[in-house]
Amino acid sequence: MTTTLANIRREFPLLARTVRSKPLAYLDNAATTLAPRAVQERVQSYFSSCTANIHRGVHYLSEEATRQFEATRRKVQKFINAADPAEIVFTSGTTQSINLVAHSFGQQFLQAGDEVIITEMEHHSNIVPWQLVCAAHGCKLKYIPLTTSGALDLDELPQLCTPRTKLLAVVYVSNALGTLNPLPQIIAQAHRCNVRVLVDAAQAVSRLPIDVQQLDCDFLAFSGHKMFAPTGVGVLYGKKELLDVMPPPYTGGGMIAEVTLAKSTFLPSPERFEAGTPNIAGVLGLDTAIDFITSLDRQELQHQEDELLHSATAALQAIEGLRIVGTAEPRLGVVSFVVANVHPHDLGTLLDHEGIAIRTGHHCTQPLMRFFGIPATARASFTIYNTPQEVERLAAAVRKAIRFFT
Amino acid sequence: MSLDIHTQQLYQQVILDHNRTPHNFRRLDDFTHHSEGYNPLCGDHIEIFMQVLAEQTIEKISFTGQSCAICKASASMMSVLLQGRATGEAKNKMQLFQKLLQGENMTKDALGKLFVFATIWRYPARVKCAALPWHTMRGALEACSLVSTERGN
Repeated sequence: MTTTLANIRREFPLLARTVRSKPLAYLDNAATTLAPRAVQERVQSYFSSCTANIHRGVHYLSEEATRQFEATRRKVQKFINAADPAEIVFTSGTTQSINLVAHSFGQQFLQAGDEVIITEMEHHSNIVPWQLVCAAHGCKLKYIPLTTSGALDLDELPQLCTPRTKLLAVVYVSNALGTLNPLPQIIAQAHRCNVRVLVDAAQAVSRLPIDVQQLDCDFLAFSGHKMFAPTGVGVLYGKKELLDVMPPPYTGGGMIAEVTLAKSTFLPSPERFEAGTPNIAGVLGLDTAIDFITSLDRQELQHQEDELLHSATAALQAIEGLRIVGTAEPRLGVVSFVVANVHPHDLGTLLDHEGIAIRTGHHCTQPLMRFFGIPATARASFTIYNTPQEVERLAAAVRKAIRFFT
Repeated sequence: MSLDIHTQQLYQQVILDHNRTPHNFRRLDDFTHHSEGYNPLCGDHIEIFMQVLAEQTIEKISFTGQSCAICKASASMMSVLLQGRATGEAKNKMQLFQKLLQGENMTKDALGKLFVFATIWRYPARVKCAALPWHTMRGALEACSLVSTERGN
């Protein structure tokens, strides 16, 4: 497939629709990406030609569904270059992946007096689970602070890592600001102190090639719906040596070795962590989304997306009274901003009336908003199918909104 | 400037005016009742201050905070409407306003200028913005220090 914009856009039927009688400009890709036709068809195919439960039946359809499901696991393994398919656990999304680690790693490895490090940049889904698990085990939760440009202040990291620190959880690309964090540096520093590292790769996964062995992260979490797959499916990568000793956070069918009336024993990873019937259609959709991504010239697309982000940043910055929130470089795919005298919510509504979909609010990063002293921002986020014309419409609509409210 | 029909319907001139130059937009030093209102979904945050006299009359009412135009205009117009009224009357007006936000028909004079919010039910995401000052006002009267549009702990 060629990577011309027109060709890519043709793969996403939803881009052709109008919103409020205007052509849709979908600039909310950090919240969820649209699904290409092939992904939609693959999900549909599960219901139209291969509905069955997996790992259960000996009948033809069950074996077929199981084969496709497990083929996806190997595809994900290859996609992020994991060493072993058993290191790939299917979840409902990044949130469940992180909660799984918080609960299960916590139970196995955290003791009273231990410490967990996260950052002030995290999404609530990478804050709240750690607050709860630290409270449950009597551990201390520490935060890597921010710089005023919206980067992590890594000068603080060596002091934060102590012999009691067991785990560091960090976002790869900030959902609210777009900041790309220097993971190799963070992971190397953490490992020097024997601290395990969990990476929230929700925003990174569609934007960067990910190689977990090269990164050497211990866990990595991402969602399907931010990489052109359906909602309700996600991945937890974990090093096998860790997953094999972590207890199952949920129990039930599909994860046991043997159940007697007296006790139960569990299968190894990944089955141990996949109790109950999973989102099979979603997993198959993820399979096709990976095919879709890997069929593209990712370097070229990354370049296009960077260009778009830079032109959007420049166009917005030229607007009087507008301030970009988060100016650290490099940034990927996201520009967050506030406008004097226009609340983000009003801005979002006026842009919506122009057919432009952006996100406004705190982006599930209230500590980050508090750091910048603002209640909310407007956020435009770009991906492979966005166009320079959409950037122009965004800037024009923001100008129009400012005129309207002043 | 060409304006979208939805924009005109939602942001009527009186709402824009109250947003630009809100009434009673200040902190009261001599308040007897106070509450904070918060909409965690969009970040609207307002504080309501009231001076309520012994005979349950709202002598003064004011508000501060950071909020969208809908919330700010609603707070400003509410403060004008409720000043000098009995607290029981304030609660009655709130019930009327809630019905208006839900799209119920009512006569134009029941809520005075606040009737401009009669179309907001068409924009479900914004109903909470208009309602927040009123919930916060009631919270202040009922000595509830923090009001959220979202239930939970």
